[in-house]
Amino acid sequence: MKMALQVNGERHVVGVSGARRLLDVLREDLGLTGTKEGCGEGECGACSVLVDGAVVDSCLVPVGQVTDASIVTVEGLAADGVLNPLQQAFLDTGGAQCGMCTPGMLIAGQAFLASGEEATDDHIREAIAGNLCRCTGYTKIIEAIALAAERSA
Amino acid sequence: MANAVFESPRQLEDAYALMADGLARPIAGATDALVQADGDLDAAHARIVDLWQLEELRGIAQQGDTLVIGALTTYTDIRRSPLIQETLPALAAAASTIGAAQIQNRGTLGGNIANASPAGDTLPILLAARASIDLGGTRGERSVSADAFWTGYRQTARQRDELILRVRFPILDGHRVWFRKVGTRRAQAISKVVMAAAWHPSTNGAWHDVRLALGSVAERPIRAIETERAIEGRRPSAALADQAAKVLIAEIRPIDDVRSTAAYRRAVAGGILHRLLSTT
Amino acid sequence: MVDTIVARRPVPGRAQLPPRREGPAKLTGAATFTDDLVVPGAWYGLTIRSTEPRARLVSVGFDHQFDAHDVVLVTADDIPGENVVSLISDDQPVLVPIGGEIRHFAEPLALVAAPDRSAVRAARAHVIVATEPLDPVFDPLESREEFSRYELERGDVDEAMAAADLIVDEIYRVGHQEQLYIENQAMIAIPREDGGVTVHGSLQCPYYIHRAMKRALRLDDDQAVVIQEETGGGFGGKEEYPSMIALHAALLARKCGKPVRMIYGRNEDISATTKRHPAIIHYRTGVAGDGRLLAHDIEIVVDGGAYRTLTPVVLSRAVLQAGGPYHCRNIRVRGRAMATNTPPNGAFRGFGAPQIGFADETQVNRVAATLDISPLVLRRQWIYRQGDTTPTGGRLDDSLGLSDVLEAATGTTQFEANRARAASQGRVGPVTSGIGLALGWHGAGLGGSGEVRTAAVASVELTADGRIRILTGSTEMGQGTKTILPQLVAEELGVPYTDVEIAPQDTSVVPDSGPTVSSRTAMVVGGLLVGAARHLRREVEERTGAPFAEAYKKAGPLRIDERFRPYPNVTFDDEQLRGDAYPAYGWGAAVARVEVDRDTGEVHVIECTAADDLGRVIHPVLAEGQVEGGTLQAIGYATIEEIKLQGGRYLNDRLATYLIPTSLDAPKITSILVEKPFTGAPHGAKGVGELPINVAAPAVVAAIHDAIGVWINELPATPERVLQALGSFPEHAS
Repeated sequence: MKMALQVNGERHVVGVSGARRLLDVLREDLGLTGTKEGCGEGECGACSVLVDGAVVDSCLVPVGQVTDASIVTVEGLAADGVLNPLQQAFLDTGGAQCGMCTPGMLIAGQAFLASGEEATDDHIREAIAGNLCRCTGYTKIIEAIALAAERSA
Repeated sequence: MANAVFESPRQLEDAYALMADGLARPIAGATDALVQADGDLDAAHARIVDLWQLEELRGIAQQGDTLVIGALTTYTDIRRSPLIQETLPALAAAASTIGAAQIQNRGTLGGNIANASPAGDTLPILLAARASIDLGGTRGERSVSADAFWTGYRQTARQRDELILRVRFPILDGHRVWFRKVGTRRAQAISKVVMAAAWHPSTNGAWHDVRLALGSVAERPIRAIETERAIEGRRPSAALADQAAKVLIAEIRPIDDVRSTAAYRRAVAGGILHRLLSTT
Repeated sequence: MVDTIVARRPVPGRAQLPPRREGPAKLTGAATFTDDLVVPGAWYGLTIRSTEPRARLVSVGFDHQFDAHDVVLVTADDIPGENVVSLISDDQPVLVPIGGEIRHFAEPLALVAAPDRSAVRAARAHVIVATEPLDPVFDPLESREEFSRYELERGDVDEAMAAADLIVDEIYRVGHQEQLYIENQAMIAIPREDGGVTVHGSLQCPYYIHRAMKRALRLDDDQAVVIQEETGGGFGGKEEYPSMIALHAALLARKCGKPVRMIYGRNEDISATTKRHPAIIHYRTGVAGDGRLLAHDIEIVVDGGAYRTLTPVVLSRAVLQAGGPYHCRNIRVRGRAMATNTPPNGAFRGFGAPQIGFADETQVNRVAATLDISPLVLRRQWIYRQGDTTPTGGRLDDSLGLSDVLEAATGTTQFEANRARAASQGRVGPVTSGIGLALGWHGAGLGGSGEVRTAAVASVELTADGRIRILTGSTEMGQGTKTILPQLVAEELGVPYTDVEIAPQDTSVVPDSGPTVSSRTAMVVGGLLVGAARHLRREVEERTGAPFAEAYKKAGPLRIDERFRPYPNVTFDDEQLRGDAYPAYGWGAAVARVEVDRDTGEVHVIECTAADDLGRVIHPVLAEGQVEGGTLQAIGYATIEEIKLQGGRYLNDRLATYLIPTSLDAPKITSILVEKPFTGAPHGAKGVGELPINVAAPAVVAAIHDAIGVWINELPATPERVLQALGSFPEHAS
């Protein structure tokens, strides 16, 4: 079926089954391969995207459910090649290592920053609890999100 | 391979019509459906009725002395609801233990009920807090008590042409509802034992109308009736804790599986009940 | 230019640090991992795997009804060269041949490919496998097939044991651990016009794959091309298994004449690929009443799984590091690796050391508890000092920061005061807390004469158009290779970091710098590149008479290949196990604080402080990242990461059942970097990759003991084991 998707502020029309995973449509139909697959069952968060501002696992979203929604992927964070404040904070603190959890972490971090919640260690940990990282021990990721919050305060 | 017919009704009546032949797979937040389909809903189902657009199934409201929660209400909605924080905080606590933000933003109370996992985290609360579940379809609406809803391993009282509409909890003055989940880790964990209790403490401290429900210790969420009887009308104490824990350990029949062992589940169920009765 | 961004984080006493080289690409989603590659016309490949732990393969093929046009099936008969995945020995086939023995669950039997995913899945359902079952062996103690054995002895252990006032005699067990890189294994093979195959993949060791392709596919050096794509974590898990996947993809690509994608899902990745070796370690330690260490008698049995893979090297590291970082005159270590009908175990960060480290350190902590001596005081008495010798007779003269890390970790955490406070608080309420200490060490670089035999090469070139380029087969998988190597070269050449490029890890472009394993890249390959840069600089300056930075742009082309030469005064006899087992050692200490819920047995690690001596630190932020990540993997190993087996099959074969720590499980991790430069390397660096994973697990177990008064001898210390140790339920109740 033909459907329109709003991704990173752009409208795309795709002809796919509504039952297909949003993750696959992003990666294969729209060529947005920044969103990663780590498990395909909502355990790792590597495929996190924002749907109307809420962080979701795109591997668990049938694309037919988000045709009216605004979707943001990691490709939508930097504007004109300039890293956004959260990406810059990740670069500064060493929050990205292998890079595979990074897109999902950034999306979860972005949702957290937008929530306006106070950037305490506990709050940040809870905000990224659905995103597994095997490289960092989470230390520098938490530091990055706190730094981004501090810089934007 | 043929794609699934994927329909997203916006009106309940339309959804009922699409469900009427009992052959369609309804989905809400899809957090279980896509896992069960191994990521391929097209291969797993011929027809899918997407309930996500049915706004009338969303929302949390108090109607008289009843708390009414729409089936499409997400765990995030439940966690953030001041009304639930006030009237049934244990449900908010349970919602906050399910997955993490990504799952809580998509997973729904109705989905937890329909999926009927023995480990479903909200289900013991529904049993303990005397919830009833409203079902609807072209044949009309009906209400089923939580006690009668989960009938076997992933079996429910919902007929194939019915949808879960909402859950009703009586708001009972002075009642306490308590919740505890034991998983392997602190987020994104499926429970090894999940327990909810409800009681009405009298002025002398004795517990009345005791209801105790557990998940992950049987093929479906269950109430521990014998243990409830052992506690009913008595005041919490070290002696009662010993006795009730013993009854509970004998009453439940958990199994060994990939997540834990029967022995552990028994010991933990007894241990956390013991702690509740000796510290409350 | 995003490349010019400099880390804003101030690091005392250092120039500003360069940001991670490929960081911006990873942060914007532009970095291409293997599955991100768009390859027009590529088919999808799948592996047909055994569903039995041991059997004879009778036949494999499509059922007769299946219309097999536009589908290819590859069996062992399609292998043009030798049917072996080339590694230490030739026991592991690429595909089990007809009549051959299936030795483990999930063993590759055949391959299918088709133009799209649903077609290949449908084709898989039509493959019929016939087998005759054989009796499997699952218990390494019952196995009669030995992969390797090492024995090491010095002094008179029996006499010293007889003189001991106390003998602590314990058996420790550790289970499998999954590497759980977030990017699953992935490989794409593309047929070449010269009859060869190019593979693009997620991998650690391009030249392992290159060798494996040449042998099994009968290709020459140029026909086999291996290109590493962005690699989303390895931790050892992409050391040897990618050779298997590359061969599979290449066989399919040759048969169908199209590019073939072999992208594993998580379930297949966990089910089929290598894990950390389980081990059973019997430890007897004799001490005098005053706490003096008299003797160790250690027996190690390692479960190798179904094929030898890297098991002998894993066992050798366990044997060489047995006894821990403590001087012991009388020590006997006997190790053997046994075959079982379970998927082969292989490389995982630490490589034998985390297993023995858990046993070593828990043993030390038990001795301290038995003698009622502080575990810190006992360690101060036992640790290696300058001039001490290891069990193989290697002299520790250089770069010995052991006492420094011990004092740094315990000082920062006020270990003694906190231990006393925990003890005085008693165990009241459901949750009690405790603190624990452990030390660890890790030989950097390949053990024994491994570096000499490998003879790694790394190069720096000046291109004709005036660019400086590093050529090395060492791979980036998140640990920072692509940042630290240009840093070292830039520093040596006196040019800005951003002026030094690093060539892609493509075997047609870069030399074999040895595998990216064993904490060797910073030390060994970094040292080669510093040497190459030094030669390049000298040559350019001699030739032009001008400083390199001014002259180099017009001085090319010029390439310096630097080949490994033995470190001064480092020798080892592989037969007798005598000499310097490793060129240098990293030293680590960890202090963990835990809370244990005595109702549920849940262990929450609240805080972990890790102090590590890495030699000279090249990039403190990246080095801390290694310490923090390794520490959390160790904490996962200590607490929740568990594989259960049933009939030789892993039951925890999904991310919903194999659990690793989330951000809420992770403690606050503090890393303290200690620098005792290694004088054998021109830049003084030792390794950092593995050391941290050897240390934190026994610290957690010691903290559990401090909290609840029971010792856990088997990892992981799951809630089930903790409750059982507390006597909350009988062992075989149910």
